[in-house]
Amino acid sequence: MPIFIDRRLNPKDKSLGNRQRFLKRAREELKRSIRDRVRAGGIADLDREHAVPIPRKGTSEPTFSDAKDSGRRQHILPGNKTFNSGDLVPKPSGGGGAGASAPGTTESEDDFRFVLSREEVLDLFFEDLELPDLVKLSLKQMLSFKPKRAGFAASGAPTNINVGRTMRNSHGRRIALRRPKRAEVEALARQIAELEAKPPNARTHERIVALREELDRLERRRRRIAYVDPVDIRFNRFDPQPRPNASAVMFCLMDVSGSMGEREKDLAKRFFVLLHLFLTRRYERTEIVFIRHTHEAKEVDEHTFFYHTQSGGTVVSTALEEMHRIIEERYPASEWNIYAAQASDGDNFATDSERCIELLDRRLMRLCQYFAYVEIIDERESHIFGSTENGTSLWRAYNAVDQKWPSFQMRRIAAPADIYPVFRELFARQPDLRKSA
Amino acid sequence: MASQARKSALLFSGSDWDFAKLSRVYDEIETIGVEELRLDIYPVQMEVISSEQMLDAYSSVGMPLMYRHWSFGKHFIYDELLYRKGARGLAYEIVINSNPCIVYLMEENTMALQALVTAHAALGHNHFFKNNHLFRQWTDAGGILSYLDFAKSYIARCEERHGLAAVESILDAAHALMEQGVFRYHRPPKLSSERQREGLRERLEYEERSFNDLWRTLPSSSGKNKPEARDEVLAERKKSLKLPEENLLYFLEKNSLVLEPWQREIVRIVRVVAQYFYPQRQTQVMNEGCATFVHYTIMNLLFDRGRISEGAMLEILRNHSNVVFQPAFDDRRFSGINPYALGLDMMQDIQRISTAPTAEDRDWFPDIAGRGDWRDTLLDAWANHRDESFIHQYLSPALIRKWRLFVLADGADEPHYQVASIHNERGYRKIRSALAHSYEIGAKRPDIEVVDVDLLGDRHLRLRHNVKNGILLDGESRDATLRHIRRLWGYDVSLAAVDAETGAMLSERSTKEL
Repeated sequence: MPIFIDRRLNPKDKSLGNRQRFLKRAREELKRSIRDRVRAGGIADLDREHAVPIPRKGTSEPTFSDAKDSGRRQHILPGNKTFNSGDLVPKPSGGGGAGASAPGTTESEDDFRFVLSREEVLDLFFEDLELPDLVKLSLKQMLSFKPKRAGFAASGAPTNINVGRTMRNSHGRRIALRRPKRAEVEALARQIAELEAKPPNARTHERIVALREELDRLERRRRRIAYVDPVDIRFNRFDPQPRPNASAVMFCLMDVSGSMGEREKDLAKRFFVLLHLFLTRRYERTEIVFIRHTHEAKEVDEHTFFYHTQSGGTVVSTALEEMHRIIEERYPASEWNIYAAQASDGDNFATDSERCIELLDRRLMRLCQYFAYVEIIDERESHIFGSTENGTSLWRAYNAVDQKWPSFQMRRIAAPADIYPVFRELFARQPDLRKSA
Repeated sequence: MASQARKSALLFSGSDWDFAKLSRVYDEIETIGVEELRLDIYPVQMEVISSEQMLDAYSSVGMPLMYRHWSFGKHFIYDELLYRKGARGLAYEIVINSNPCIVYLMEENTMALQALVTAHAALGHNHFFKNNHLFRQWTDAGGILSYLDFAKSYIARCEERHGLAAVESILDAAHALMEQGVFRYHRPPKLSSERQREGLRERLEYEERSFNDLWRTLPSSSGKNKPEARDEVLAERKKSLKLPEENLLYFLEKNSLVLEPWQREIVRIVRVVAQYFYPQRQTQVMNEGCATFVHYTIMNLLFDRGRISEGAMLEILRNHSNVVFQPAFDDRRFSGINPYALGLDMMQDIQRISTAPTAEDRDWFPDIAGRGDWRDTLLDAWANHRDESFIHQYLSPALIRKWRLFVLADGADEPHYQVASIHNERGYRKIRSALAHSYEIGAKRPDIEVVDVDLLGDRHLRLRHNVKNGILLDGESRDATLRHIRRLWGYDVSLAAVDAETGAMLSERSTKEL
């Protein structure tokens, strides 16, 4: 008789720790995969699981091993059909084949992809953005739910019993099944007692027996028909409701004239992704509108937004006008929380900046929850411009808006780590902030 | 009436299993194994696990306890992928060479499979672990689990105290040398018990605490600086280092000048694990062959006695034939010789030779042919052989013909292979010794040893690779491994490739060049 142990209930994921160590080891390579993913994929795509190739670099386990292309070997193989000793057999080209030269190497390990969980993906994405931990945590949080009353249910936890509804059901059932009332039973008992108090004779005796039978019947009936039956019981039903019960729209504005290169677009994309992550956490429904502009602005889909260049001058106000038009048309400020993110390299048509100020000041900033502007500059310029007031014409113009509107944020960025400060204000706000329109 | 009696004799029906059935089947199988096959086994502990847990066990080299390391995580990801893609099924069981012998059963198996696995692992492997001389001499079945428990918690403590990165770099380096971390010719010291190790650690800690720098300033005995005396000292030290040494991990653990006590202990742990698995690698064909032979024989006996139904037997046979499937060399599915198939065929061949020998068998195996007691012959083979010697001794011409084995000579600089031997009179012996030789672990892995270390000079560690048949080392992995050795040794390391036959120096690679 062997010893049996049932280990099925033991904790699984015994190798979770090993997995984390492996991911840490391969961090750089995985980060690159995720970055490519962000570059290639949509803004809203990041926020879920991803399959990535198994990293090779930094995770090899070297040992002393024989070089395949040297020396003399012997292979012992089964299944000879036609060979005789002394026969020459041509070597298969490219390894594998006849199985003589190290079978198993044919399978390319590059085909292997494994799935990173959403949590791990976000960790990798956040890494060089230098977000404060608290912000990381709140971005990783799934939508929180709040139970909301939603009618009644026939099953549930005892604490949720709705007494009023239960008693109403019980009352109805008692009437329908004609359960004898206590008063009836008591009246009968009183009658018997009265009769018994009188001097006994044959008639009263008969009457008492009949009454007793009737009393018995009633009591049996009362016992059979419960006062409160399980079928009467009703529970309060709760529906989980997502807490942020509102919708947001995010406007992505970008200058796509020739001066915006790969690097600029990559930075801009991360900037948009971060804002989108934030909005999806806080709002039940988030929509994204992409507006690109040169000297004229146009609403486009995401792919066009990031991958198509268009030649032309740069007139920023066209994009702002387009945004205003779309808000008027589709996103009334009373129903939507409006966020805007604009990325540019700072170029603008000389006389247009005044018009931008006017548009923002008079119209858009009154509608927007938040307007973030990033100016993407060269790394070499970053310490020249650092924090000075002067800069491109657009920068100077926006500076005026910045002074006036606290919900306007602007920043020059040269590296991913610069992005977060643009949002600092936003992330610092209380989560229950709602549009009070 | 007869069918009714037969029905009631069934050990189980249907495919669902429960613990009562498992226990009943185990008792029956054990009785048959011990009485009919005269097996001798450790007590058995059966553990039921889920498929996720089976994957977990895979990634930590099949042991129930293992320290943490990223490479196990990597293997887990690979194993999981292969499994999810359906490229590979999970093993139905894992069996651990310990006392009591631990057998993992997967919860998804049907009852018929559980019976098969019980016969295969709990009887077959178990008997082999307990009786084969390699396992008896080289591993300590009673102590391995408590040792691994110690290793796991020791490494976890080191991580707490010295940081993950420091521990990881030592483990990486030691893992790279696992192949070169076993004693092949003399027996390893027995695993010391927990208490002894505790005592040793206390002593080490005491030495650390009571280190007194003053001792270093004591004047050394006179005459030490004379040249001839220096040579003598050098020779003596080399002798005391027992050079040449083939166990690189052992050498580094004992003699490295830069390792701290905890680092030595980690190197030691890796070495002990490598040593523990060494016999398993030398006896793959025999171990699997023994287990397969045992399950096949027992299952057939059970069926003949009417203890399992036709349906269950059919399922068992289907799985059995999957396991012992051997495609020919030109088949797309060919991936080397299947140890299950070769082992089983050889053992059944021994059975045949003992009971119904041909004239050829009498010629080749005068000792065992026609003696009738195949059980004794097999028990003897299981106890006293490893793959290499087993094949050398027992591979018969009949089996070579059945498998149609042939030998291909492969010179790296020639455009084609040459068929050296086939299954004919001239070829039998050559094929047999070539096949046996290919199971010689020593021949399969590079032969590298420590030959010299200039302890009084620049402490340069010299390794020698004995090149056999002109097979050199792969350059990239060699350099990476040398870097790991340098990490453990602390000073420069060089590896000379020397032709084993002519003694000619072929090349030399030093960490100075890296």
